[in-house]
Amino acid sequence: MKIDWAALGSVFGVSLVATVALVGLFTLGIVGLSKQEQAAAQGGSATLARTGAYACFALCAAAVAYGIYLIVA
Amino acid sequence: MEHITLLLTIVVVTALVFDFTNGFHDTANAMATTISTGALKPKTAVAMSAVLNLVGAFLSVEVAKTISKGLVNEEGIQPEVILAALVGAILWNLVTWLVGLPSSSSHALMGGLIGATVASIGVSGVNGDVVVTKVLIPAVAAPLVAGIAAMLSTRMTYRLDKKADKKTTDKGYRAGQIASAGLVSLAHGTNDAQKTMGIITLALVAGGVLAPGSNPPVWVIVSAGMAIALGTYLGGWRIIRTMGKGLTDLQPQQGFAAQTSAATVILASSHLGFSLSTTHSVSGAVMGAGLGRKGGVVRWSTATRMFVAWGLTLPAAGLVGAGSEYVARQGDWGVYVVAAFLVASCFGIWLVSRRQVVDHTNVNDVESEAEAVPLATAAATAVAEPAGVVTTAIAAVTPPPAGSVAAVTDDDLKTTIPAPNPADPAAPPAPAAAV
Repeated sequence: MKIDWAALGSVFGVSLVATVALVGLFTLGIVGLSKQEQAAAQGGSATLARTGAYACFALCAAAVAYGIYLIVA
Repeated sequence: MEHITLLLTIVVVTALVFDFTNGFHDTANAMATTISTGALKPKTAVAMSAVLNLVGAFLSVEVAKTISKGLVNEEGIQPEVILAALVGAILWNLVTWLVGLPSSSSHALMGGLIGATVASIGVSGVNGDVVVTKVLIPAVAAPLVAGIAAMLSTRMTYRLDKKADKKTTDKGYRAGQIASAGLVSLAHGTNDAQKTMGIITLALVAGGVLAPGSNPPVWVIVSAGMAIALGTYLGGWRIIRTMGKGLTDLQPQQGFAAQTSAATVILASSHLGFSLSTTHSVSGAVMGAGLGRKGGVVRWSTATRMFVAWGLTLPAAGLVGAGSEYVARQGDWGVYVVAAFLVASCFGIWLVSRRQVVDHTNVNDVESEAEAVPLATAAATAVAEPAGVVTTAIAAVTPPPAGSVAAVTDDDLKTTIPAPNPADPAAPPAPAAAV
């Protein structure tokens, strides 16, 4: 019996890193947006927070696109 | 296609029924967390999942071409064997749906296939190593991998968003969750609809209608895609309830982390060559997300019932598959008896399910142990017949899911002895007195 530990290990590693990275990015994006809203409510603006948030969301969207590519390919 | 026999027709229709139950059973994987956190309305969620499943079915035919490869020796596989395997898988899917437990449709199918093959050509027809490496190890690994990933990411997301405004974040998490759930649906369509296409193609090849090695014909692709989408749309609400509410209570953050983890694990595993079951990954991810929140709880009693169901999937579907194969082998009348038995038991299970309807209106009501257990009992009572030694032994070990076991094993007895068939639809009135 040959168990492909290497494949299992890489599935484990890749899943762990990718999930934590994606969820982290997305959370940062949400936090950024929320900061920007708070700032807007007080009459100011938080360009950095907003730009950062959009960058995070763009990366997440790229990850989703890659996911679709993996499914189709 | 000059000689599609009646037997082949029965096999094809049964395969489509299996496809339907597969969609029905696995809606929960994609949409349970989205529904329970309120990211999408129940009906919208299943409609979206159904469309994505249909789209997924048309994306490629790679999986269809590799179905069953390695697990059993394809040479000498008869349409009867495929029919028997499907009967085992469908019944297991329906019984687990009745008691509201998520379990892998692929494992049920493999179980049925193994059982039918053993009954047909003996133990030598099954590749034991492949069973361990492709079925048993993934069943343990999938929930662990997805669970740990979901737990860590849940922890992190709660730490990061501590200072953020709750209303904005909830909206964001919902959007993210919908995207992950969409990916899971799409992946499910490409994988599972194609399994059915593969089986139908296999049956057509075995029946001599198609040349070995051919691609699935267009009508097979279309009908398989439609069957899985229809099943998904109707939604296995009982399982959705268990997965979304029964295992743990999910907040938007947790739902997002769980669904993302499940989507990542499914995609990573199918592309790194260690295929993991969708159902197992999602269940693991949901439990991991439950553990990741401070004060979050996992209802281990529900989880234990689920694990027991996973363990029983192979033997139960295998037993029914073996029994069906034994009867179907007797000739044309055997095939009809198996088909009639399948219809009768599906109808019986459906009747039992009507006693306590779970649909899109009450899917988010808190699932109680009290609800699931009488159902299991009802299932057992519906087919109350002298239980075999195995049934009794298992019943002694694990009280709650025993109902499902009893149902399956007794169904199997019925396959072997065709006579009690008509008793099935007639049985459901019995629980009225019992419950």
